[in-house]
Order: sequence, then structure tokens, then C-alpha cells
Amino acid sequence: MQIETIIQKYHILTGQCVDFVRDFYEQLRSVHVEQLERKWITITLLVIGLLVVIIVGDAFFHGVNPPSKVETIDSAKLHLSKEFAESNLGVQLDDKGEIMVRMVAGRYSFFPKHIAVPAETKITFRWVSMDVLHGVHIPMTNMSTMIVPGYVAEITTSFPKPGEYPVLCNEYCGLGHNHMWSNISVIAKEDWTFPATVPAEGIKP
Amino acid sequence: MNDAAERKLALSHLWVAFIAFIVACFMGEYQVLERSGLIPALDSPTVYFASVSTHGVLMGFVLTTFFIMGFGYYTASTSLKVPVWNNKLAWVGFWISLLGTLLAAIPLLTGNASVLYTFYLPMQAHVAFYLGATLLIVGSWIWCGIMWVMFKQWKQVHPKQPVPLAMFATTANALLWLWASAGVALEVLFQAIPLALGWIDTVDPGLARTLFAWTLHPIVYFWLIPAYIAFYVFVPKQAGGYLYSDEAARGAFIVLAVFALPIGFHHLYMDPEQAKGWKLLHGIGTLVVSIPTLVTGFTVIASLEIAGRLRGGKGLFGWIGSLPWSNPMVLAVILSLLMLILGGFGGVINASYAMNAMIHNTAWVPGHFHLIFAGTTVIMYFAIAYYLWPMLVQKPLFSNSLALIQLWTWFIGMGILTTPWHVLGLLGQPRRISSVVYNTLLTLAWKPYELAMIFGGLILLGSACLFIYNLAKTQLNPVSGVFTQRVEYAEAIHPVKELPEYLNDFTLWNRVIAVLMLISFGVPILQFFFMNTFGSPGWGY
Repeated sequence: MQIETIIQKYHILTGQCVDFVRDFYEQLRSVHVEQLERKWITITLLVIGLLVVIIVGDAFFHGVNPPSKVETIDSAKLHLSKEFAESNLGVQLDDKGEIMVRMVAGRYSFFPKHIAVPAETKITFRWVSMDVLHGVHIPMTNMSTMIVPGYVAEITTSFPKPGEYPVLCNEYCGLGHNHMWSNISVIAKEDWTFPATVPAEGIKP
Repeated sequence: MNDAAERKLALSHLWVAFIAFIVACFMGEYQVLERSGLIPALDSPTVYFASVSTHGVLMGFVLTTFFIMGFGYYTASTSLKVPVWNNKLAWVGFWISLLGTLLAAIPLLTGNASVLYTFYLPMQAHVAFYLGATLLIVGSWIWCGIMWVMFKQWKQVHPKQPVPLAMFATTANALLWLWASAGVALEVLFQAIPLALGWIDTVDPGLARTLFAWTLHPIVYFWLIPAYIAFYVFVPKQAGGYLYSDEAARGAFIVLAVFALPIGFHHLYMDPEQAKGWKLLHGIGTLVVSIPTLVTGFTVIASLEIAGRLRGGKGLFGWIGSLPWSNPMVLAVILSLLMLILGGFGGVINASYAMNAMIHNTAWVPGHFHLIFAGTTVIMYFAIAYYLWPMLVQKPLFSNSLALIQLWTWFIGMGILTTPWHVLGLLGQPRRISSVVYNTLLTLAWKPYELAMIFGGLILLGSACLFIYNLAKTQLNPVSGVFTQRVEYAEAIHPVKELPEYLNDFTLWNRVIAVLMLISFGVPILQFFFMNTFGSPGWGY
């Protein structure tokens, strides 16, 4: 009995929707649009459509996405956490032999202050903040993410070219924001050994 | 119609807007100078970040909100040919917004709110800053209400008639702003103010950023729509021709109002608190909202071509030369469109879900929004002011040639300022730094661009002073005689006699916005209440 009323209501509702769409379409058709304008709107839709297809295609088939792993962490207790305790920071090999870098951002530096990683190798970074908002990017590379307190920012990338790169804070985090930066050495793949042995003071740009 | 009351109302709003503007221009030039390190004595992060915060609030909130309100009141009354509904209430709105501005100015100027105009919780400013910003917005809500009432009243008196395009677009903007400002209002009322007053101990910065992103995209369309209104309703007439298509204009304003709202996550592409699916959805919406801009570009250029040909222009490009380049409105629209083409190209890069990673939070971003806001949008604010000022003060413009020089120098200065700014971003310079102290070779490449920016800023500052000078001289000029010029709205080449209701009303679109907002922000906001999140205590700076 009840189901029948629901079905009946459902039919009425769909009927209304169809009527609405039909009416909307009729009205749309009645609007005066110049030939030239019609062509331009078509071109616009095609161009935008193409951009959407490229972006969605890259996201789905090539996995090209911005860092978006939603994972929470208590930023006030990083030093007590196992993962982001001081002794566990920096470059590590995980059980699959892949490179994992754990970094803490805090006013005003990234810790550890210097790391060394191999070029042309998949590297996963896990960034956390111990205080306010930060952002980090390594110029001329794809390594860029926001670091929001309360969340772990995870990003996987690789560095094609060996060299000394600065690691820069790119989000206003206080009056000392300018001074918030550190170093990363990207070492040719064949020269890199774990654990990294390049001393921080040895890096002079 | 004696519109002395409307003129006074509009003039008061516009003066507040332009005083905020000129103060912020001086700050802007100081900032490029300080940032370059050219004069070591200037170096001070404390002053710099107080200045950047104030510059952002003055340009982004005060100039825009007051300009839009003043222009909106005058547009409503002149296009509908009725007095502003409830003049007293309009003045209440004005004083609330002004009070808010002054209240926020105290902590900003004393360095007690150096959190930039995007708030950046869990960084914490003095509570007066948040209260002031709230009052500024509350005042603007009164404006939205008055626009809405005037729109509805006119429709009641003129059933089935198309609402004048200028008023239709103004109402679209009021609707857009009511929806847009809700996000930041929630952030300020439930997070920033309670935290600043010590009622709560922690806030979730992820939620704060999500709420701010709700506002952050549509707010730029709130600022841009007056420029588009001038494109459609003033430019064709001033150029000596007709609007190419009234229907396309209405369609563009509707799509702008609807799709500017559910797409704010392109500001959060690089953030960890939202998942990629939501970002992609908002990214697609961001590309959709470029469609009305492309349609606008076409319609405006077509309208200009009609005018050029009516004035005797021949050949494929001959009509461009025969346009009245000495009319400030026409010159401004040409320069505005040139900056829109370049800025729009940059905008598509920012909007691209993955490509954005290359320029995120680099100097490219302020370069982009100065080009598209301070360039494309504000140059049309100038043109509107030059056009309306004589009618508002009932005296002829002090100097047309000064106005033309001012528009040209603004365009040139903006080019010199923003081109190096974009390049700096591509060279990896972060935005929001007060000086370059990184000990790396890369910074050597930045130097020449920073110096060029000082020069561009100087030209802009001079141009801004010329603008204020011209307006003040116009108003103070002792001129006798009756001034009879009235606002002239452009006619469409095919005037619209009747319109389908959905192109003449916002009831349907308001519902569409509600559904789209629910889809694109519902789960992303609710997730914070279901996840195990950890709040952050407030921090100084």
C-alpha cells in the first residue's frame, strides 16, 4: 500500500521534472541567438571540453593528481608520535625498498635541515607542520604542497636533474617567513647510497 | 527625477572606495621597494607584513565593496528610473561598513593583524580585525537586500517586461555576494572570533581553509561584475554603436553567478585536507566559468566592431582605428580586454588541476591577480568613475586628456609590474616574502625582475594620483550653469521585447546554486565532523 503511494508520487515527480526540462528547452529555443554567436559559443564549448577531457584523462589514466591524501595527525604531539619523532625524520627506505622522506615544518625551517636523495627515483614525501600553516616547494621541480597543521601532506615525485636545490616555505607563516628554508641535494642515481652521507655543512652553494 | 539623494549616496560610497585605493597604492609601491632590498634601511618584516595585510584588505575588501555598493545604488536608480528603496537603510549600511573598516584599520595599521587578508588560521589577529571585517560584510548585505527588493518591486510593476540589463546584472551580483560571503562569515563567526576571544581553545585549519575557499573564488567575480556591467551597458553606446546581444549578456551573468560559486577548491589543489575527486570536480567547474568570459569577450568586441563600422571603419581591422580612442570608456575597455586576454591565459594555467603545481604560491600568483584585478577590473572602475563623476557632481570632467594619460599609464605600469612578477614565479620565487635571504644561486636570477617591478609600481602610483586629482578637481571646480547630462544605457541591436522567465529572474538559479553548493561543499565540509581531526591552538606571528 505504502509502496504504491511512493511509486505514484515518484511518477508524478518524474513527470514534473520531464515537463520542466521540456519547458526549459522550449524557452531556450525561443531565445534569439545570432548565427555568428552560435558558432562562437560552439567553439568555446569545444575548447573548454577539450581541456576538461585532457585534465580528467590525465587524472584517471596517468594518475596526474595534486597531493590529496586526507590523513589527520595531532600536530601538537608530533614529538611523541612514532613516525615524526626526531630520530625518524629524513630519508628512509621502506620495506619495499622505496624511498620515504619524512619532514617536519616549523617556524622557521624544515627539519632535517638538509637531506640527500637520488635523482630519477620515485620518492614519497610526508610533510607535517608543528605549528601554523606552511607550504613548501623546491624550485624547478614538481615537489610542491601545502602543509596544514592537523594533516599529513603526502606527495610522490621524482627529481630528473641532480643538483643542489633550496627547499622554500611558500606560505606566510609569521614575521620570520623569509628565513624559512632548507636544502636538498639531488645526487646522481649511481652515486647515491643509503644512508645519505653528505654533511649539511659541506653544502655551499 | 531629482536624484540628489542618490547622487549623494553614490558619491559617498565611491569616495570611501577611492580613498582606500590611493592609500593602498602608496603601500604597494613601498612593498615592491622593501621587497627588492634596494634600500637596506627599509628592511622590516614587521612593517612589511602590516602593510601587505592592509593593502590586501583595502584593495580587496574596501575599494571593491564600497565601489560596488555605490555603483549599484546609482545603477539601480538610473536604470529602473526610481529612487533607491529605503534610502535611510542604505545609509545605515554605509555607516556599518565604514565603521567596520575603521575598526579593522586600527589593528591592521598598528601591526596587530598582520595575518594577511586571507586570515590564515590558526594564526591569530586582534579580535577588532575580525569584528571590523564582519561589519564591513554586514553593511554590504544591506546593499544586497535593497538591490533584491528594487528588482522585485520593478518586476511587480512591469510584469512580463525584461528587467533592464544593468539592473539584472547588479541583482545577479547581489545574489552572488550573499552566497559567496556566507563561507567567510561562517569561518569568522564560528572559528576566528571565538578563538580570538578565548571561547574556544582550538580550530581546525582544514575546515577554515575549506570555508574560506567557498568565498575566495566568487568574491573575485563580485569584484569583476561591475567591469562586465560597464562592458555591456556603457561601452557600446560610448563607442557609438549598439550592444551585439542582450540575451548573451544575461546568459553570461547567470552562468557567472551560478558557476562562480561551487568551484572554490582550485585554491586548495595543493592542500592535504581535501581528496582529489572533489578537487577535480571543482577544477572542471572552474573551466566552465571561463565560458561566460569568452562569450563576454566576443559580444563586447562585436559591439565595438558595430560601432567602428558605423563610424566609417572599413576592412578587416579598419574599424579598430575608427573607434573613439579618446573616449575614456572606450580606451579603458580596449586596454582592459588586452589585460584580460593575458590574465585569462594565466588563469587557465592556475585552474588546471595539475599544472597549477608549478606555480602554486609562487610570485606568479600575485602577478596573475594584479593583472586581472588591478588591471582588467580596476581600469574599468576608473572608466566608470570618469563617466559617472560629471553626473554625480553635476559638473563637466576636469580634464579628458589627463584621464586618457591616466588610463594609458595604468596599463603600461601594470605591464611592467606584472610581467616580471610572473617570471619570478616561474623562477621559483615564493609569494609573500618580505626580502630574499635564501643563500642560493637561484636568487641572483631574481634581482633584475624585482628592480623592474619597482619601476612599474612607480608608474602605477603616479597614475593613481592622477586619477584622484582629476576626480577631486572635477568636484571642486567652480562651474556655473546647468548640467544636464544623464546616464545613457546602450541599446541592443535587436532590443529584447520579451524574455523567458528564467532569463529575467533568479528564483530558478537560486535553487540551482543551492543544489550545486550542496553537491560540491556538502561532503567536503561534513567530513570534518566525521573524521578524527585535531584542532590547532591559536598562534601569534
